[in-house]
Amino acid sequence: MSLLEARDLELHFGPTPALQRASLTVQAGELLAIMGPSGSGKSTLLHCLAGILVPDRGEVHFDGARIDGLNETARSPLRRDAFGFVFQFGQLVPELTAEENVALPLLLNKVGRRQAIQEARSWFPRLGLDGLEQRRSGELSGGQAQRVALARGMVARPRVLFADEPTGALDSLTGEHVMDLLVESARAHGTSVVVVTHEPRVAAYADREVVVRDGRVLAVAALS
Amino acid sequence: MYPLGVYARRIVLVMTVPLTLLGLMERRPQHGYDLKRDYDTWFGRDKPLSYGQIYNTLARLTRDGKVVVSDIAPGAGPDRKQYVITGDGATEFDAWLRSPVEPEPHLQTTLFAKVTLALMLERDASGYLDRQRAAHLRRMRELTEVKRSGSLVDALLADHGLFHLEADLRWIELTTARLDQLAREVGR
Ligand SMILES: Nc1ncnc2c1ncn2[C@@H]1O[C@H](COP(=O)(O)OP(=O)(O)OP(=O)(O)O)[C@@H](O)[C@H]1O
Ligand SMILES: [Mg+2]
Repeated sequence: MSLLEARDLELHFGPTPALQRASLTVQAGELLAIMGPSGSGKSTLLHCLAGILVPDRGEVHFDGARIDGLNETARSPLRRDAFGFVFQFGQLVPELTAEENVALPLLLNKVGRRQAIQEARSWFPRLGLDGLEQRRSGELSGGQAQRVALARGMVARPRVLFADEPTGALDSLTGEHVMDLLVESARAHGTSVVVVTHEPRVAAYADREVVVRDGRVLAVAALS
Repeated sequence: MYPLGVYARRIVLVMTVPLTLLGLMERRPQHGYDLKRDYDTWFGRDKPLSYGQIYNTLARLTRDGKVVVSDIAPGAGPDRKQYVITGDGATEFDAWLRSPVEPEPHLQTTLFAKVTLALMLERDASGYLDRQRAAHLRRMRELTEVKRSGSLVDALLADHGLFHLEADLRWIELTTARLDQLAREVGR
């Protein structure tokens, strides 16, 4: 059985149909890439899968339970405990230092501050962020902030990591480094990864890709 | 997956000319002269076909039963002959048109020929592009794996392939987005 599944999701923003019967499955430990043109509904689909947006119609199942119908009080611990996130825009808490930002999911999971900060720090050298632990997000470059966000997404070893253009602000070498680390870490902990990207070289790190067009997930016929 | 050495040394000679000519005859029976003109207009801008190439290819296609010659027009000479695609020819062309090309660098002419012919003949160009994208990404996954597990030399060779395949993929995306426009131009 799949770990995460979307069935026939529909979602409108006013008159705009963002998702039209979008269906998708993610297996445990699988790395799935979501590709497609700008505005096709990739982020919307990701947010529905992660319980951030509630679809107008359709179902989302995680680990055998339906989660789209849950109220906010029930969805929020799910997001905190089982899911990790790297968002496309505005991700770090500006009042916190970089290491506090990374430690945040652990702190929210009631890990003691000392241990949380220590674990958070261990990510900095691996991401080429040595010495930036105490900076606030306003004092980081776009690419540095993105790597801090990635560490924050992975630090609590989520069951599923949702990443929206995680390498969008990075040059190719840094982007590759980040993807190597993401894949390595996901494989080591059995984390499923759903990554939205328009970069084929990033998608090539995934086990499988799907294409979203006009709010639909395309079924690409098996190759002969 | 090919070993990387083979990949690096592999030189692709894709035999698209006979299949492209079959596609043009699928559109309508043609004289050799018209075939050359159509081919050069759509697919031979950099490298027009010579009459020798055209008639040699047509002779081979005829011998193999892919094409038959119909002598309707009175008179003699090669330009009087119309070439008509056979059932065998149409089957072979159709299979070629639908199948993704093996992902290798420098494919653009073949990809372009398939898309254009599919649109001319009102076939499923978008389905073909989807299959080609899947084939490209599969190859890119293999090369990414080589890169992650191999030496720096392997990684650099794999990267060369990856960047070229990525260029193809960008072209595939752009073409997918512009299919309607292209169909109008091709359909004239
Ligand atoms: N909060 C919102 N309010 C209104 N419309 C929205 C909102 N969020 C998204 N949309 C619309 O929904 C559609 C899908 O948007 P979405 O953000 O999912 O696209 P995307 O595939 O992630 O694009 P991109 O590659 O540019 O990030 C678009 O037409 C977009 O304008
Ligand atoms: Mg988006």
